[in-house]
Amino acid sequence: MKLADKTANELQELLHSKELSIADLTEATFKRIKELDPKVDAFLALNEEQATKQAAEMDQADTGERSPLFGLPIGVKDNIVTEGLETTASSLILKGFNPIYNATVVDKLRAAGMVIVGKLNMDEFAMGSSNENSYYKNTKNPWNLETVPGGSSGGSAAAVAAGEVPFTLGSDTGGSIRQPAAFCGVVGMKPTYGRVSRFGLIAYASSFDQIGPITRTVKDNALLLNAISGHDEKDSTSANVEVPDFTAALTGDIQGLRIGVPKEYFAEGVSEASKQAVKDALKVLEEQGATWEEISLPHSKYALSTYYILASSEASSNLSRFDGIRYGYRTEKAGSLLEFYMNTRSEGFGDEVKRRIMLGTYALSSGYYDAYYKKAQKVRTLIKQDFDKAFENFDVIVGPTTPTPAFKIGEIIDDPLTMYANDILTIPVNLAGVPAISVPCGFDNGLPLGLQIIGNYFDEETVYRVADAYEQATGFHKETPQTWEGAAQ
Amino acid sequence: MAKMTKEEVIEVAHLARLAITDEEAVHFADQLEAITNAMELLNELDTENVEPTTHVLPLVNVMREDKSIEGLPRETVMKNVKEHEGGQVRVPTILD
Repeated sequence: MKLADKTANELQELLHSKELSIADLTEATFKRIKELDPKVDAFLALNEEQATKQAAEMDQADTGERSPLFGLPIGVKDNIVTEGLETTASSLILKGFNPIYNATVVDKLRAAGMVIVGKLNMDEFAMGSSNENSYYKNTKNPWNLETVPGGSSGGSAAAVAAGEVPFTLGSDTGGSIRQPAAFCGVVGMKPTYGRVSRFGLIAYASSFDQIGPITRTVKDNALLLNAISGHDEKDSTSANVEVPDFTAALTGDIQGLRIGVPKEYFAEGVSEASKQAVKDALKVLEEQGATWEEISLPHSKYALSTYYILASSEASSNLSRFDGIRYGYRTEKAGSLLEFYMNTRSEGFGDEVKRRIMLGTYALSSGYYDAYYKKAQKVRTLIKQDFDKAFENFDVIVGPTTPTPAFKIGEIIDDPLTMYANDILTIPVNLAGVPAISVPCGFDNGLPLGLQIIGNYFDEETVYRVADAYEQATGFHKETPQTWEGAAQ
Repeated sequence: MAKMTKEEVIEVAHLARLAITDEEAVHFADQLEAITNAMELLNELDTENVEPTTHVLPLVNVMREDKSIEGLPRETVMKNVKEHEGGQVRVPTILD
């Protein structure tokens, strides 16, 4: 088996038995990235010099004290700040920006002994569902290079799918971990809002944003969430709740599990292939002792509008900090201070970012605030109540992650509303703040499909248990894109 | 269905400190009109007696002890500043 196909445990065994050193693994990782990334375009800045140095030092450390992730390579989405390593959120306005501190999750990765190999491409400021909104490059889907990897954590999902790196971090505001994980055939978890510190995550919509892991297997995903979770006094919205060992939940036992299947997630616009893959998955879960029932989340159809009002409003406020004064891109054409701000921002931001800033500014402006912003906050309550009610009777809610598999690059980029509809099945989860995972559940014309498993607040354990039981019973996570046969190991 | 005019887009862009050409304003007006019209779907719902959700977790006023904590060194903070002098950020002339 190739190094690129190995799980954390398998890599750890090789490191423990000294068959492989951390320096070898790091070198092999960069070799594979350099061979494959010119085609996939998942990575932005690479951290080769630092990572190589760190790996050599870590090989000297006592093997007895190693965490399960010690010495393993990871890529980080480019909206998570890394001290001394360029962080742009895929925007021109942050070109050349070298953070002066680490995000809390980055400190936690380092504490777990992980080797950060580079930063991953994304839609600018995490606004988008295809990675086509990156200022720098279009990441491609490793399963078919003419299709998008999804977004906004498209680089994070594509890098794992191509076997460039076994672990990445993404962020999920309306589906930005789960949708690309589904499109690329990998495992992506959006934890409960507040589970993971947002300190050092460049803010898009603060009441929704959450960092989470993307991996090949459920177990690796749980290992990585163990490493990054926990209360942080630097993030006043992080929750002070106990962090369990998520891998302990992977018992394989789902006897008696009660699954709710929302009929709204099988509505018009959801492809037959996606529906069928979920029906097949429900059979697999039934065979293992779970039961399922059709339920209703009656306000689902209002989620998309609610989300775009609230997220754009929060974005218009969050992105007001980019003014060209203290850091980032600065215009050269300015007569007055006002022109300086306006030219810097209109030259530095891409169209989708401008669209959302304007939408948010409009929704928050005098005369429209009650009709849009306040109305949407009220509907958010109704959507949250749908989930609260469902979890009174069910352990998890299951449905497709996306209405369709990955679409072609360029196909819908000029049609914002159609692009937004990609997130129709993932957005309700962010509005409620509950955790959800996407795991591979089949293919449609050679492109992966994702199964979404949604859990109650801070019950990532049940989500992981179901995802793992499903993964163990199927073989989809072992499928890899054929594009890379013969590539560097 | 609300109509979004070019003039409204220019006004909103100004509030958001974005420079915008007439041509761009027409383009964005069409798109924003389609988006805001789609959002009017929410008007179907009676939300008269529904409390707004600003935040999903039951957190209120997270405070820390009122004591000073040292910030980052000024030299570090200046690292990403395009132009600075004597520990101050230098900006283009703003007054004639």
